[in-house]
Amino acid sequence: MQKVNRLKPFFENLVFEREDNHMIVNFGPQHPSSHGQLRLILELDGEKVSKATPDIGYLHRGMEKMAENMIYNEFLPTTDRMDYIAASANNYGFALAVEKLLDVEVPRRAKVIRMMLLELNRISSHLFWLATHALDVGAMTIFLYAFREREYTLDLIEDYCGARLTHSSVRIGGVPLDLPKNWIENLNKFINHLPIDIADYEGLLDQNRIWKMRLEDVGVITPEQAQSWGCSGPMLRGSGIAWDIRKEEPYELYDEVEFDVPVSTTCDSYGRYKLHMEEMRQSIRILKQLMPMYYDTTPELMAHAPRYFSAPKEQIMTQNYSLMQHFVLVTQGMRPPVGEVYVATESPKGELGFFINSQGDPYPYRLKLRTPSLFHTAFLQELLVGEYLADVVAIIGNANIVFGEIDR
Amino acid sequence: MMRVYSDKVNVQKKPYYNDRFWVAPQVPRFEVESDAVFAADVAHLKEKFDIKEAYIEKDQLVVYINPNDNVEVLQTLRDELSYNFLSEHSAIDWLAKSGEFEIFYQMLSTCKKKRMRVKCFIKEKEVLKSVTSLYNSANWAEREMYDMFGVIISGHPYMKRLLMPDDWYDHPLRKTYPLQGDEAAQWYEIDKIFGKEYRDIIGPEERDSARINEEDTYRFARIHHEVAFGAKPSSEPTFTDYQEEGGVFIVKKLKKADAKILKERP
Repeated sequence: MQKVNRLKPFFENLVFEREDNHMIVNFGPQHPSSHGQLRLILELDGEKVSKATPDIGYLHRGMEKMAENMIYNEFLPTTDRMDYIAASANNYGFALAVEKLLDVEVPRRAKVIRMMLLELNRISSHLFWLATHALDVGAMTIFLYAFREREYTLDLIEDYCGARLTHSSVRIGGVPLDLPKNWIENLNKFINHLPIDIADYEGLLDQNRIWKMRLEDVGVITPEQAQSWGCSGPMLRGSGIAWDIRKEEPYELYDEVEFDVPVSTTCDSYGRYKLHMEEMRQSIRILKQLMPMYYDTTPELMAHAPRYFSAPKEQIMTQNYSLMQHFVLVTQGMRPPVGEVYVATESPKGELGFFINSQGDPYPYRLKLRTPSLFHTAFLQELLVGEYLADVVAIIGNANIVFGEIDR
Repeated sequence: MMRVYSDKVNVQKKPYYNDRFWVAPQVPRFEVESDAVFAADVAHLKEKFDIKEAYIEKDQLVVYINPNDNVEVLQTLRDELSYNFLSEHSAIDWLAKSGEFEIFYQMLSTCKKKRMRVKCFIKEKEVLKSVTSLYNSANWAEREMYDMFGVIISGHPYMKRLLMPDDWYDHPLRKTYPLQGDEAAQWYEIDKIFGKEYRDIIGPEERDSARINEEDTYRFARIHHEVAFGAKPSSEPTFTDYQEEGGVFIVKKLKKADAKILKERP
């Protein structure tokens, strides 16, 4: 036995036991198809997985610990680093949880802008999912197409907040900026073209023999499994359970817009692929309804609660009391009431929940991040058993896991 | 001079200023009877179990139970009251205040469209029964809770640290654990990679991510003044050209004037 704690090659990757044709493969943590730092210890019987042990923690940054040492506004950019494919969704989940704790009402224009950003993030995340998932399965063309369209969503978000990856585009209490000039027109142009692009992807994949062979009846999740393992988002709706938090526990203006919750009853990876495509169409539908709603709003962007939020910039610059308040809020941070709140939002990947225990200090006493990918990764230990090694990559890709939010 | 007192039981960041007369308001809590569904749930639970406290906070039911009843209560919730999801399960550290952990189970019922939180207090060394037999989602949640707080779980199929390495010392989310890591943390990688005998040569790991040692050009290069490993820092700017003047075979230099940049979507 070699010493593990030296920088020498340590051949843990392969253990051959020739007698029973049993092999242990160490998949990852540095594997292009593991979608991050996922280490899977796979016990193979021939080519079939007989036991899978996911091992995580390679991207652990201790965000919950960081949150206990940061004021609420300081922590908001940290949430970008959770699900970095759809950073605004995390910002929003956190902002909503704190707003619920503070019991403040966000102005309507901020709500519309937030919903636009959320749906754009959903499209962006689903396009990224499609691109990488298809690439894992072997379809290179779709990767390039989907990334091309994703650029437009990123451009729109960049136009709004200046960032493409770590947006921080939402503030606790509203949004920082109004939409720039021509933004709605650009958005309109993009969402008018996107259905054609989605039809293109489906034209490439729907009847594609390889795609169907790789996805149909692969990674079957029964509704019982999905419930027990705490699946959410497309992983749950792919098992025939129509549960979308936007619909069931509407936040922002989701109760004012019309959209359907697509559900797949086939329970396999192909069904979840169709589901993602349909969800993008529904996001487009929501965005189309939001555009006229934006023009009907008054220009307030931040909630008025001087105890918690700074006044608008021009007021800070002209009024002494607002300046003092701003100084206190920036240096000391807001002090929410004593209490607890758990707020779940429908992020592109599933139920993103923020549990905050506040003791009235500017720092949360405890902040728990409930991320969908963690539960989906935990599920891999049951989902992968009995599948072929080649399908492992397809299933991981299909589960849409992002390591920023698994390890946190 | 008196040394500044530092709190040993809670080393997390504290506000530097507190108004003596400021009393933090409380998030309003409502009677369980104000919601018919929750009232029925609590009444059902009260028949079987000892419910210490129940109230509604932010539209969610909060129920305090005995820690020994946790499996039975969750079984009742799942089978009889149709709380089919365990969304989240973790702990809150109250060791400094009462020597206890507050355990919470965040439940969701998709049929009733209701969320509730089951809570209980356990002492530091007390053993909590695993609920993985009821909800598989508790599998990693309990592992994470053990990893982060050191809450001892019995009956878990694979109890092992989840995020931290197996041989990590202490539990990072405890209030006694400093943000930058403790002393064991700063030697962890040195011991692991090079061995304990290299401690004197290499020194402890710098765990303050914001700290920059100006003298240290071995690991932190001065931009545009990079020197070879071990050499003295130099004030001469280093010349860097990313492409040879004459060009490299096959690779053509990008001419910006010739590049076509699309103004908008074709």
